[in-house]
Amino acid sequence: MLRYLSRILVFFAVLGIAVPVLAESPAWRVGMTPAFLHDQHIVLDDWRAYLEKKLGHKVEFVQRDSYRETMDLLRLGKLEFAWICDYPYVHLKDQVKLLAVPVNQGKPLYRSYLIVSARDPHTQSLAQLRDKVFAYADPYSNTGYLVPRYQLHQMGEDPEKFFSRTFFTWSHRKAIEAVASGVAQGAMVDSFVWDTLAKVRPELTVRTRIAARSPEYGFPPFIAHRTVGDADFKTMQDGLIGMGQNAEGVALLRRLNLDGFTSGDPAIYRGIKEMMKALGE
Amino acid sequence: MKSLFNLSFRIKIPLWGSLLILVTAGLVGLTLMFRAYDDLRQDVLISADSLGRTLSNTLFPAMLHDDVWRAFEIINAPFHGATPENPVQANALILLDNQDRVYVSTLPETYPTLADFRRFGPRYAELTEKLKAIKGETTRSFEIEGSDQIFVAAPVADGEKRLGTLLILYSKTVSVPRFRATALRASGIALLVLVVLLPINWYWGRRMAVPLVQLSSRMGKIRLRIPDALDPDAYAYQDELGQMFAAFAEMVEELRENERMKNEMVQSQRLAAVGSLAAGIAHEVNNPLCGMLTAVDTLKQRPDIDPRVMKTIGMLERGLIQISDTVRALLVEARARSHPLAPGDIEDVHTLLQPQAQKKSLNLEWRNALLSEAALPATDVRQILINLLLNAIQAAPEGGHVACGIVLEDRELVISIANDGRPLTDEQMAHLFEPFATTKETGHGLGLWVTYQIVQQLGGSIAAESAPGTVRFAVRLPLERLS
Repeated sequence: MLRYLSRILVFFAVLGIAVPVLAESPAWRVGMTPAFLHDQHIVLDDWRAYLEKKLGHKVEFVQRDSYRETMDLLRLGKLEFAWICDYPYVHLKDQVKLLAVPVNQGKPLYRSYLIVSARDPHTQSLAQLRDKVFAYADPYSNTGYLVPRYQLHQMGEDPEKFFSRTFFTWSHRKAIEAVASGVAQGAMVDSFVWDTLAKVRPELTVRTRIAARSPEYGFPPFIAHRTVGDADFKTMQDGLIGMGQNAEGVALLRRLNLDGFTSGDPAIYRGIKEMMKALGE
Repeated sequence: MKSLFNLSFRIKIPLWGSLLILVTAGLVGLTLMFRAYDDLRQDVLISADSLGRTLSNTLFPAMLHDDVWRAFEIINAPFHGATPENPVQANALILLDNQDRVYVSTLPETYPTLADFRRFGPRYAELTEKLKAIKGETTRSFEIEGSDQIFVAAPVADGEKRLGTLLILYSKTVSVPRFRATALRASGIALLVLVVLLPINWYWGRRMAVPLVQLSSRMGKIRLRIPDALDPDAYAYQDELGQMFAAFAEMVEELRENERMKNEMVQSQRLAAVGSLAAGIAHEVNNPLCGMLTAVDTLKQRPDIDPRVMKTIGMLERGLIQISDTVRALLVEARARSHPLAPGDIEDVHTLLQPQAQKKSLNLEWRNALLSEAALPATDVRQILINLLLNAIQAAPEGGHVACGIVLEDRELVISIANDGRPLTDEQMAHLFEPFATTKETGHGLGLWVTYQIVQQLGGSIAAESAPGTVRFAVRLPLERLS
């Protein structure tokens, strides 16, 4: 009994020593958003372990289901890095620095797919969805919210009245589900998410059909909070861009359905600014 | 139908038994199934009630924030990982807003968002009115005529504030697979019971029917001949059936005894008739015969007879003597005036017949238990002994066996003479004691007739038994017949 007690005491003593050691180097908090398939938990675990090994620094992924929440965390200084949509990036431009841009099908670009139910063979454009139920991904999503509203605006329609009903699903994946299940007759979604899902969950995407494709936009970027020091910025940037240079990184990239990362050019996000301006934001 | 009832018990008993078992198993199975169906319906309603309460609580904030997708995810949650076999699985969930429009449903293609619920059918408007009457947090179930769905409604409300109504649709037929599974299980159990009970029933039926069938077939032949006895192990119990078989066995035994006595009676009557006829003829023949013999004798004394005539007279005399001999043989008469039977008389017969037995190298077994004089005429008894023993010696095969036993038993002299010759046929047995009924190529067939006549006159009885290996004659003579 005494021996047992002493063992417990030793255990607590070790804990007491260990806690300050952990506190000395706080983890880098990386915000993860539905800009990609953020619910592939196993891939995320492996990616985090990979980054910790390569960066020599603790990494913590902070997942939120809406861009809004991640943006709030950034504003509050509770995240060092984040993978956010291009629209929030433009929003937060003053508070964040462009860290890296994922390369998707050879380019740091993606587009918006107008998707309808696979059982709807007629719809070819957004204009045909008048008075239908439409699913938006997230109010801070470029492809899932800004693009359709902008397109309607260009057509001279009032986005607020064009559809009979709209609702937010808070992620591209769920927007695809909404169309697949028939709750919504249409949605515009991130082409990268749709393409990735077509690989990992084809049974979901086959129930939808891409009716139209938008022009290309800058891919949702990795950003660093402006308070992040240059050394840490460089370490993280090199860590991401370097993923394409080792087998483990390449394997992870394949699971993430990405070609790699580039340092990126803020100019690729100019289109968003124009759309925002057109919609009066 | 009647032909079904005319069937043999051998088929009828197992058939009726099986029918009863089948009907019982069927009824029990049906009862179980109806019970299961009832339980299932109850399960559905209970499950719907709890589902309705749970979901309507979480749906309230979603509707309050006008979050269609969240509402959809909530109502769609029960379908995650659901199996189609689950009997209490809802068909669809429909969330209606206060304007009776579909807010969202799990079957968006049938019940699309914003569709007016009242437009889905004439009875839907009626149902919509009833839905409004539901107050508080209670759930209620409805059925619509012409629809195979059960509608369970739960208001989505927080206190007095009501945002809409959740409808859970259950198919009335969705429970068919489970019902079928229950039915299958019930039939399985019934089959198992049948597998056990039917052979038992079959065995029991046969156990009852086989003796009955045997009895009935024997009874059916009773008019033609006396039936055979039943197999003693066919039914060895003391119940009514067993008693019936015992009674039948007794009846058969009595019938046989009757038959035997009737046969004996007929035989002795026939022998008596033949005897008196023979005696009558013999007497009638004897008187003129005596005269004729006297006349022939007188004629022979005549000296002037032609030798040829003499020859004819000789022929006549010999013929007449032969007739006289035969008639005398037929006219058997016990010589009551003989001296009483002594053991020596019997031994004389033994001595007398030794040479004949030795000639055929027979084993003559002799057991004479008579130690003193017996009140019987010695001459007649000797005649009987000689006749029967001569027959036995002739009937026994070369080197065979002949047994003679003489005992005094209960004031009767019992003579038993057996040989191991060929058994007598039924035909021979029937006419054994009639005159001229010989079984041999030689002999006039009067030996047993004479014996029978003497035995009859002494008030005794004679019987023959014939079995393979042994032919036995038994004579019983009552004592004190000597006057």
